[in-house]
Amino acid sequence: MEVNVEKSVKVCRMGKLDKKLLRKQIKSSHTLLKHEGISTRSEPTKSLVVANGGLGNGVTREELSALLKEMGEVESLVMPPHKPYAFVTYGSEENARKAHIHMNGQTLRCGAENSVTLYLSFVGSVPCEQQACVTLPVGLVLVEDFVSPEEEALLLAAIDWSSTSDAVTAQRALKHRRVKHFGFEFRYDNNNVDKDKPLPGGLPEECQPVLERIMENGHTKFMPDQLTVNQYESGQGIPRHVDTHSAFEDTILSLSLGAKTLMEFRHPDGRVVSVALPARSLLVMQGESRYLWTHGITPRKFDMVPACDSQCSSSTTCDLSASNQLTLTKRGTRTSFTFRKIRHEPCCCAFPSACDSQVASSPPSPPILPRGHGDAARLEEKYVHRVYNTIAPHFSSTRHSPWPRVCHFLSSLSPGNVLADVGCGNGKYLGVNPEVISVGCDRSRALVQICAERGFQALVSDALCVPLRTATCDACISIAVIHHFSTPERRLAAVKELVRLLKPGGHALIYVWAFEQEYKQQKSKYLKDHNPRNNAAKDNPELHGKSSVFAGSNPEDNKKRPSDNCKLTDDKLSVHINRTAFNSRDLLVPWHLKEGKGEKRREGDSGEGVFHRYYHVFQQGELEQLCVQVEGVKLQTSYHDQGNWCVILEKDSIR
Amino acid sequence: MKLLTHNMLTSHVKGVTNGYPLLIKATEVKVNEVDFNAQFVSRMIPKLEWSALLQAADELGQRQDLPSELVADFENNEEFLKKVHRVLLEVEVMEGCLQCPESGRQFPISKGIPNMLLNEEEL
Repeated sequence: MEVNVEKSVKVCRMGKLDKKLLRKQIKSSHTLLKHEGISTRSEPTKSLVVANGGLGNGVTREELSALLKEMGEVESLVMPPHKPYAFVTYGSEENARKAHIHMNGQTLRCGAENSVTLYLSFVGSVPCEQQACVTLPVGLVLVEDFVSPEEEALLLAAIDWSSTSDAVTAQRALKHRRVKHFGFEFRYDNNNVDKDKPLPGGLPEECQPVLERIMENGHTKFMPDQLTVNQYESGQGIPRHVDTHSAFEDTILSLSLGAKTLMEFRHPDGRVVSVALPARSLLVMQGESRYLWTHGITPRKFDMVPACDSQCSSSTTCDLSASNQLTLTKRGTRTSFTFRKIRHEPCCCAFPSACDSQVASSPPSPPILPRGHGDAARLEEKYVHRVYNTIAPHFSSTRHSPWPRVCHFLSSLSPGNVLADVGCGNGKYLGVNPEVISVGCDRSRALVQICAERGFQALVSDALCVPLRTATCDACISIAVIHHFSTPERRLAAVKELVRLLKPGGHALIYVWAFEQEYKQQKSKYLKDHNPRNNAAKDNPELHGKSSVFAGSNPEDNKKRPSDNCKLTDDKLSVHINRTAFNSRDLLVPWHLKEGKGEKRREGDSGEGVFHRYYHVFQQGELEQLCVQVEGVKLQTSYHDQGNWCVILEKDSIR
Repeated sequence: MKLLTHNMLTSHVKGVTNGYPLLIKATEVKVNEVDFNAQFVSRMIPKLEWSALLQAADELGQRQDLPSELVADFENNEEFLKKVHRVLLEVEVMEGCLQCPESGRQFPISKGIPNMLLNEEEL
């Protein structure tokens, strides 16, 4: 870069180029004012805003800082998180003016293939650079340099990734990371351990000195007897979760080896704390941080972390919503050793809302995934039909807004068309298009009653045996229904029944809840809406907001699959923790009956309680595969809509 | 339950080959006034099983002078359309039951809602 550009040269460039530069600069000033409320000055000051030179543009603190320093002594550099600009304050106005002249329009290379053009404008004041050290979640402790580099090497060497299956350890290749278990195998199908089936061999002996130090330093009361080793390549992560309460005792210890990473902790009230985990550090999760906060690692190749020269007293945590001394850091391969102690008694922690021992206490013994038709019908009777009858008024009060894409389908029907809504719930779709003849049916008497009170025609029936004549409907909808059937045969039968009702050429729209609650890098509303104060939205799957329009250039979706495709039929169904990613395809989803205001209580209604509904959440492609098994119908279209998989089927015309 | 809905209902009890139309045994029938929309009614008529509608209206004593054959050019016959409108949309069975014509199985109607659920052995 040429710093000492001569005045004459600059004059020569006047004209086209400078005019363009000026135009761009004015435009960037406008943008900053309009979108960020930053007003720029025409007269020189010591501070400048550097448009395009932000973390949000992939510019690291180090790269920008190096360039800025060429103009003189930099007093401060503020890089707000996620923003496409930065603020620099020079020691003197003179240097700031120099930077303004020479760096405006300058191209900055960031990383290997990226470059940005910088535009600089003077600003009166720089947004307050906060010491944004937020407090760690209660019970969380990070011990830096817990192991020496030699111990680190020893531990890493102790894990043999080459043997894919051996009797001593349990190794799984998960979609997003490699994992190996010692002591006991952690099962991802039920999120628990077989407590009476310890793995032979126990924990690697290389861990012994580390464990002894952990005990000596009083980080835990219990000597860990289970070890999970996870290996994350750059770009890999782990969905946020709370370690199953009933599986492990209070203290969870996680040793980070190899590369550092950023772990995100989330409180159910929406608080988020990002904790940088340096290599060779020990993370101790206890109490609230272990029982209530979820933790996870977002799959990323870069992390936004506090800069090394940060004045922040603890460089490990950062509140990314506040300005801080942030920069970007590239992720490398990280291996974590998570030590836990198996719990043999039910958990009785102080956080029942996140506790499977306490939440699951309402199904005294969690049911098993059914094998046959009879078992399935009984499971659905208990964990679907009865629950909906009990929660009907509360459920209905949270189901007021129809989903836009369902409405679009209904609006496309011709006047006088006959529509059957199979599994109509509170009837929110029955009146969407008043020009069609709509009939609803639902298994829940209490929900059908609500439809009737609203003046809709609805009846009580089973979706496997709809009491309507064959080939009488121009359209059928099945919204959030088929995921309540507990065997593949019954799900197939439900689709066949819909198709039976259709006239030749008629259309069926089917929505089911998706295993993939994060799709094309977008979290579903269900995952995002985690604020418990937002009462109406709590615990409601299938909750739908505005359909988000996001034309991501990266088609890679972020799907996570359970490690095991639930082939073990004697599995107990696991209880899902509301608003977290799914760990299993067949599960019980708790419904917390009315904690809020605004709903009318019905007489004889006991009011409070947790009720579990059975769900089979569909993986990508599964709904389509189900539908193509049905004869006489073709798949017209399929899509993902806010955490649901959706298809439109067209019944074949008679030739 | 309106007779429009009844016109679409059938019984699927195991072994039954023709469960249509369901017989109506009403203990309480209401007639509510519903806004008349000639176009809506004339669009509905081709979708109906006319004989089933007549039978249902007869059972409820609500047939009045509805003709046994569908009149030609009904779209432009407002008087006829109003009669059809009345039996289809204004007459409502509140209490009683529906009966499968073949098996005799009864389905209760309560508060205007038919319960068409079958037991496991009837499926």
